[in-house]
Amino acid sequence: MGDYVRQMPHQGSQGITRGPGLAMRLHIDVPLLLLLLALTAYGLFVLYSASGQNMAAVVRQGRFFLVAYVGMFVAAQINLQRYARWAPWLYLAGVGLLVAVILAGVGAKGAQRWLQLGGFRFQPSEVMKLGVPLALAWFLADSTLPPRFLNVLGALGLLGVPAALILLQPDLGTALLIAASGLFVLFMAGIGWRYIVGAAVLAVASAWPAWLFVLKDYQKQRILTLLNPESDKLGAGWNIIQSKTAIGSGGWQGKGWMQGTQSQLDFLPESHTDFIIAVLAEEQGLQGVLLLVGIYLLILLRGFWIGLRAQTSFGRMMAGSLTLTFFVYIFVNMGMVAGLLPVVGVPLPLVSAGGTSVVTLMAGFGILMAISTEQRLVTR
Amino acid sequence: MHRKIALKDPHLEARIYNARTVTAITLVLLFIAVILARYYTLQITEFETYSTRSERNRVQLQPLPPKRGLIYDRNGILLADNRPSFILSVVRERVEDLDATLEELAGLVPISDSDLERFHKRVGRSRPYEAVPLRFRLTEDERARLAVNRHRMPGVVVDAQLLRHYPHGQLFSHALGYVGRINEREARELDETDYRGTFHVGKVGVEKYYEDTLHGSVGYQNVETNAHGRVLRVLERYAPVPGSDLTLHLDYHVQKAATEALGEQRGAVVAIDPASGGILALVSTPGFDTNLFVNGISTTDYSALRDSPDVPLFNRAVQGSYPPGSTIKPFMGMAGLASGLVTPETTVPDPGWYRLPGSSRRYRDWTWSTRRAGHAPQVDLKMAIAESCDVYFYDLARRLTIDRMHEFLAPYGFGARTGVDTTNERSGVLPSSAWKRAAMAQPWYPGETISAGIGQGYMLATPMQLAAATGTLASRGQRYTPRLLRAVDGEELPPQALQPVSAPEADWAAVFDGMREVVHGERGTANYLSEDIAYEMAGKTGTAQVIGIAQGEDYNEEEVAERHRHHGLFIAFAPLQAPSIAVAIIVENGGGSSAAAPIARAVIDTWLQGGAG
Repeated sequence: MGDYVRQMPHQGSQGITRGPGLAMRLHIDVPLLLLLLALTAYGLFVLYSASGQNMAAVVRQGRFFLVAYVGMFVAAQINLQRYARWAPWLYLAGVGLLVAVILAGVGAKGAQRWLQLGGFRFQPSEVMKLGVPLALAWFLADSTLPPRFLNVLGALGLLGVPAALILLQPDLGTALLIAASGLFVLFMAGIGWRYIVGAAVLAVASAWPAWLFVLKDYQKQRILTLLNPESDKLGAGWNIIQSKTAIGSGGWQGKGWMQGTQSQLDFLPESHTDFIIAVLAEEQGLQGVLLLVGIYLLILLRGFWIGLRAQTSFGRMMAGSLTLTFFVYIFVNMGMVAGLLPVVGVPLPLVSAGGTSVVTLMAGFGILMAISTEQRLVTR
Repeated sequence: MHRKIALKDPHLEARIYNARTVTAITLVLLFIAVILARYYTLQITEFETYSTRSERNRVQLQPLPPKRGLIYDRNGILLADNRPSFILSVVRERVEDLDATLEELAGLVPISDSDLERFHKRVGRSRPYEAVPLRFRLTEDERARLAVNRHRMPGVVVDAQLLRHYPHGQLFSHALGYVGRINEREARELDETDYRGTFHVGKVGVEKYYEDTLHGSVGYQNVETNAHGRVLRVLERYAPVPGSDLTLHLDYHVQKAATEALGEQRGAVVAIDPASGGILALVSTPGFDTNLFVNGISTTDYSALRDSPDVPLFNRAVQGSYPPGSTIKPFMGMAGLASGLVTPETTVPDPGWYRLPGSSRRYRDWTWSTRRAGHAPQVDLKMAIAESCDVYFYDLARRLTIDRMHEFLAPYGFGARTGVDTTNERSGVLPSSAWKRAAMAQPWYPGETISAGIGQGYMLATPMQLAAATGTLASRGQRYTPRLLRAVDGEELPPQALQPVSAPEADWAAVFDGMREVVHGERGTANYLSEDIAYEMAGKTGTAQVIGIAQGEDYNEEEVAERHRHHGLFIAFAPLQAPSIAVAIIVENGGGSSAAAPIARAVIDTWLQGGAG
């Protein structure tokens, strides 16, 4: 009410004041929403070509987006304190579900990742993509920052349990993403550099035993193939050779929408899911890649901006972690398709066809919006 | 909780966070720079490399169709081979304006509407960058004209392919069948990969029956081509596996003798080696030139064949079902002996006609018009076969009854497909009361048993069945599935033995005795065959009333009369003591067995002169 009275004399038009006011009341961060709309539209445009001009696939993905936007909107309405209060319970429920997956999950291709609830299949590791950063942010925000040694240890414990459970499924890609989301919370909490350097040294040192004892054969194969794709031209190296060929042959201008010979003639595997960036690069060229990366970058910057303006440490840490995790998706996917990183099952966020990851990502953006809109309601 | 809040310093926390955000943004920008550098390298610096690789990709694999297996007769004479033929094809993806290109091509070489129609159908089924054939069998002249103009027509390809050729044309038309271009239905049923690059498939006969063996399996080559679709070099090659060569039991000379002996008459000859079931000759006349079908027969040629009253496309040897007439009598004799109703010594009075007990209807013997008195006052089995006495078999049939007749004749293969390795075989009819109930929903009448006893009425047999049954007789009960295929890639196949017909030696001897008399006896119905004969032949004549296959509607009086004449039949085997050939012959509207019997002599003479083997 105070706002309204104070602004009235300064601004004559009611429309202008009510515009942001409405978005605020609906907990919508308008720049972020516009960027997301641009990204998903671009994604559908590429998907139409990547799926072989399959309108049904586009409609299906559009329906996922619709559900995801609704989910984002709902997530944005929830008060941040409530997230903090729910965080431990969500986390415990998530761990419980992960244990259930190990005990009674169903799977495909040798991995057990799903829970069957009636006629509905669902992947508990998705819950943890939000559950882990929420729990860590709640845990760390409870005491002074930067976190002290015992708190760092506690946080690592909180993050280690679900990561280990997911690694058991086994799902290396998701385990790494979840571990990363937790580590980003720690990083944004201001954990000392000596921890970071120490962890880096430890990681390098443990690579050898990990190679020997932890990594499965197919994971090792991916890394070996990455180092020398020509060694297995028709087998595992095929994907990388074909995706690099698709990207490279796109040049600056690209071959044109639906004109990519690599993707349209089925040389490119998984062209509408994990490898969709290769289709984009082939058909839209480097300029199309720059456009996509530009949109991503703006989304990231907006995420950081929201974090900077957040009022509580909990909100800040969440904003930072969500933004950085989103970036990890982009980096890992674009890197693996271009032959920089081993092939792990990480989709290109909001562009690759698929339902679950889209819904989780958008729920994350919903939380970002909750952070973004809460601060402005509280301040000024 | 409250205690801890007291220790928190919000300003310090915010400052730390801001510093970390700066670090994070710096790192994000750094990593994005790494990613973009990678994409820049691939797309700008190494664009040429990947562009070529992608280009090379699309020309990748070319199917290499396998060479179809050759077909030989038992003497190694080639019956079906492959000859190079030039094909004009179009790669749709490399052609800017398909219609304009087709029009221009039509100006250079004749392209018919059906060529175009087939081309468009094939385009619909083809893979990207696949050469789709438009015209087959280009002449030297047409190739020259295309060669001159091709440089300005990208996507137009002329290359050589092996095409089926039948050196003996008509002679083996029904024995071999033929290949033809794959039609839409076949394209759906055939293995897509294995028939990539193959345009022909066996349509009928041996060519169809042994399609899998003859076809082989497809190979591939990795080729680099220029923008116009011309192959620059072969990078990798996986050779196709050629189809297997087939050697048939057929004997070129016997086949030729049989065909020549039939001459202009319509009919069929099947000759079988009784010791293996191997088919030495399979003739159905009139035949047709199978080469016509290889490249899609013209509509004119096809309607001529299809509409001819002589039905040349009809394989009489396996599809033609004829009343066996008196050729059934030796088998009836075996049935009588096996049932114990008659012995070789049993005689039946023959007044020249037969009457069912309690009925006034007289069944006449075939001799009625010439010799009213019948064959002799008392007729035994030997005389009944030698002179083809109907009365003897009327009586035997009545006493045997139709169902026991069925029971004793079925083991010789009557009424069932022989399982010969060719297409379209029919099963004939060996009637029984159960059969008539099922087929016509009528009871069996005793009078019908009488006509069945002399191979008339409902009874029908194919020449293949008759030849196989005669072979069984010749080998004293040993039965084999009639087989055209003798060896695959030179490897002999074992004969396919069936459940033998067992009978005491005396029974065979008695029936053989009668069949020998047919040819060598003074009153044998085919005793004219024994003139200058160098071996002993067992035979049996037969005459069948016409049931008319392909009976026309608008023939003149004379022709209709010709087509109402009886079919002449003859079965035989030789040499009597150690038979190496069994034959069955039918001459449609031949008037009587005298049209068929001399053909048997010609066939067997040729076989025995050639030295059985």
